[in-house]
Amino acid sequence: MENGEPVIVVEKLNKSFGPNHVLKDFSMEVNSGENLVILGKSGSGKSVLIKCIIKLIDGDSGNINVLGQNIDDLEQDKLDELRAKVGFLFQSNALYDSMTVRENLEFPLRRHWSKEERADKAEAAVIEALEDVGLSHTINMMPAELSGGMRKRIALARTLILRPKVILYDEPTTGLDPITGREISQLMLDVQKKYNATSIVISHDLNCIKMISNRIIMLIDGKNYVSGTFESLHLNTDPKVKEFFD
Amino acid sequence: MDIFKIESPFLKEAGEISRFTSRFFKEASKPNQEWEVFLNQCFWVGYKTLTLVGITAFIIGLVLTIQSRPTLLEFGAESLLPAMVSVSLVREISPVIVALICAGKIGSGMGAELGSMRVTEQIDAMEVSGTNPFKYLVVTRVWATTLMVPVLSSVGNAVSLYGGYLGVNIRGHVSWNLYWFQVFDALSFGDVLPSLIKTFFFGFAIGIVGCYKGYNSQKGTEGVGRSATTAVIVASLLVFILDLIAVQVTDLLGLT
Repeated sequence: MENGEPVIVVEKLNKSFGPNHVLKDFSMEVNSGENLVILGKSGSGKSVLIKCIIKLIDGDSGNINVLGQNIDDLEQDKLDELRAKVGFLFQSNALYDSMTVRENLEFPLRRHWSKEERADKAEAAVIEALEDVGLSHTINMMPAELSGGMRKRIALARTLILRPKVILYDEPTTGLDPITGREISQLMLDVQKKYNATSIVISHDLNCIKMISNRIIMLIDGKNYVSGTFESLHLNTDPKVKEFFD
Repeated sequence: MDIFKIESPFLKEAGEISRFTSRFFKEASKPNQEWEVFLNQCFWVGYKTLTLVGITAFIIGLVLTIQSRPTLLEFGAESLLPAMVSVSLVREISPVIVALICAGKIGSGMGAELGSMRVTEQIDAMEVSGTNPFKYLVVTRVWATTLMVPVLSSVGNAVSLYGGYLGVNIRGHVSWNLYWFQVFDALSFGDVLPSLIKTFFFGFAIGIVGCYKGYNSQKGTEGVGRSATTAVIVASLLVFILDLIAVQVTDLLGLT
């Protein structure tokens, strides 16, 4: 896909949890090569939105098109194939705590690579992904032996191992100290450059947002309230937008 | 009153477990099962519970024999001790005790493990990576408990009968050969087979309940604790209910 072409198109997405109407006719487009940040209050539906994009949660109505495919039309096998092209970095890292770092990284390969491919190439792929995040020495360690920042990097390495075209980041710097947060943000930028991946980032961390975003969408009252660059939104005088930047 | 609008938590839970069970059969009948994970689970469920089952069964066999002796002595029927103890242990006590131990150890373990995986988004991560988490986590565990609880129960039977042998010989003297001759003479096909068959159901119930509670865990760490606890309670209760049904069916079939 050429840079600038839409890779994710969300049209009039609605999602409710009981009486709580989280997403109301939410629409957006994400272009190839873009680093899009979704900004909004806690509970505003940002994580729900990216979970709908990867179909971890079903929307109530609306259309989601990812890499040219409508996710609601896909059979499970096709959906799994699509998911190999879309990486997801969970807020909690979601590392399998009963497996070593190596096993964590090899896990996504078991579904998408044949036994022969895994025997030939898995080791090299794991080492490359770990080198990308600067943690190749942790290959035989358990997640419990790693610090919070290291776990985030390992989770990112696991996301990268299938060379996704799109990466969804759910609050990647939450819970990290400012220095580690900056390191993770820089790592995200490096990854984006190396793999030419498109990113959607959910974040409240203004330093991270300023560093990585090409464009920001503000999710307010379940809608795509306003979008623009960090600088343009920073100067926006709308009180609902201003309160995020003050 | 519209019957379909009755919202009973019990009925809702029963409905959810039924749906979960039917999904188990649907996923279990698909090709490409996770055999390696299944064998690993068999190891954890079987081998890692063996010591606990062995010790408990041994003590139960020993204690039952010691406590039954005075009553039989009163009626001058001390010689019937091996026969009485073996029938009690094999038909009822050993399978139920082993199932309750498994409900406590395995049911709570599965509830806590899957619950923790759910709240830390590990199950979601599996799904995102293209692995069917239900097949990988639930189907393998339920098959493992279904097959391993009968094995553990059989081991429990053997060990408890050995405990019975020692119990008989604390106050009296019965030779090794005579004891086992009396045990096998008292036991019939109708004692052993229904007792073995019901343990498959016990294992299945323990696996399904443990996995259901863990897989649907909510509300963070508090929810994980609750999943583990309720898994034990519901699985233990189901063991007794299934035992009651098994006794009725055995009775109807004339195997008593």
